[in-house]
Amino acid sequence: MPDEQNQSVLKFEGVSVVFDEVKALDDVSFEVFEGETRILFGAAGSGKTVLLKTALGLQKPDAGRVYVFGQDITNLPEQRLFRIRSRIGVLFQEGGLFDSLTVGENVSYPLVNLEGFGLPEAEVRKRAEEALRFVELEHTFDRFPSELSGGMRRRVGIARAVVTEPRLVLYDSPTAGLDPITAYTIVALIIKERDLKNTTTLMATHRYQDGHFLATHRYDAERETAEPVSEAEEQLRTTFMVFGQGRLVFEGSLPELNASRDPYVSKFVRRGE
Amino acid sequence: MLPSGCEDCRHLFELVKAPVSAVQDFSVLAGRAIRNVVRQPHYADDIFIQMDLIGVGSLPIVIMTGFFSGAVMAMQMAKALAQYGAVGQTGQVVAITLVRELGPVLTALMVAGRTASGIASELGSMKVTEQIDAMRALGTDPIQKLVTPRLIATCVVLPLLTVIADFLGIFGGFIIAHFVLMLASSQYWSTAWQALTYTDVFFGLLKPFVFAFAIVLVGCHYGLRTTGGTQGVGRATTQAVVVSSVLIFFLTFFITRIYVSL
Repeated sequence: MPDEQNQSVLKFEGVSVVFDEVKALDDVSFEVFEGETRILFGAAGSGKTVLLKTALGLQKPDAGRVYVFGQDITNLPEQRLFRIRSRIGVLFQEGGLFDSLTVGENVSYPLVNLEGFGLPEAEVRKRAEEALRFVELEHTFDRFPSELSGGMRRRVGIARAVVTEPRLVLYDSPTAGLDPITAYTIVALIIKERDLKNTTTLMATHRYQDGHFLATHRYDAERETAEPVSEAEEQLRTTFMVFGQGRLVFEGSLPELNASRDPYVSKFVRRGE
Repeated sequence: MLPSGCEDCRHLFELVKAPVSAVQDFSVLAGRAIRNVVRQPHYADDIFIQMDLIGVGSLPIVIMTGFFSGAVMAMQMAKALAQYGAVGQTGQVVAITLVRELGPVLTALMVAGRTASGIASELGSMKVTEQIDAMRALGTDPIQKLVTPRLIATCVVLPLLTVIADFLGIFGGFIIAHFVLMLASSQYWSTAWQALTYTDVFFGLLKPFVFAFAIVLVGCHYGLRTTGGTQGVGRATTQAVVVSSVLIFFLTFFITRIYVSL
């Protein structure tokens, strides 16, 4: 029986994705294990979003193989991918909320439509309310996404991503376009979700402070806040990856990232923090 | 792989690559949308919502278009028929023209202008805001949820709208024939009724059924291929209307060709 912490959750083997002869992902290989946190840095157009979509099976690779929970999903048909996706939560860059549905219906959507749930209506509502309470937006249940601020929409997106209690959660630039205070709230929620549910987390961002915050803090359930952790502890479960023009140019811990002298990698590091 | 140095071949390849890819995508979309008609899950609510949006929503413009096209046809034909002393045949000419050709084509063009653009802009907006990706990630096939209900709804309502347009067109012709040309109402209606055969009615209903595929699939095709933000949504909307309108004329030509060869 393999150690739970060493179970592979996501594995890319030489994955390339090409759009009109431009390589969005170029021979990318890495492996993420249960409970691990991965932070994906990269400039706009560096392939972060394509990587997350490839991990979900929304984008088929042109070369290489993708394994999710140990299963090769590279050539799986859409219908069979739905079962895999029911174990993955995702927050899209702009939230990806359905604007024709209320907040409550948006959060309930995965419970109603994903395979393997089949919950009664009352249970669906209860779990949707719980997920909204988790992001402190339970009062918005009957409102429409257009009535919410950008930060609130992102928090509803997080509620929808975690309502099925997935083992793997993908966050695509969760703080893009948000003010620093709202961005802090969003990353604190990601930390809370990761540490309370022990989920494997992949977060794509171009903001060093978000990655640093995620790597150096743990959720304290008693104090109900994110607390700093020791350097040794932070090195254990958080790995940084830096992408440039579709290539994985750096993979390592926070101290290794901070010590990197690569000109491109250094752009994502705020020295002295 | 093209041989190096074959620059003309490369240019030719680049030239045809995009349209061939578009036709391939369109064929795949059409195949999946049609296959989904018999596959679970069925979104009955969405079908009725789309019937209301497309059918009831298009009723005012279809009524106006049908009525005035019949009235104009009666005026134009009466002038031409007068040269042969055959003004009494106005009802016959109006009925045949409307049921065989103008009713289906004008109704489809009106619905294309309204529906293909609506579908392309709605699906295009969903695409650029990642709602289509979200739908796939959350266990829903976007073609099953978005395309097939629109296809079924339009296939049902477009022939019905055409029947309404045909009737109102003939009625518009009657208003002109009776009050301007001073023809007896019985003469107008009997010539109009007797002129129509079952084949006319069959082809008059077959055309809107086929046009429904063109309108919905073109609208969905451009909507689901939208890239480039709000500008891309505008581009997709325009392309959907233009292509679906041209396709309607193309299809009516072929269906009419089959009809006349019978």
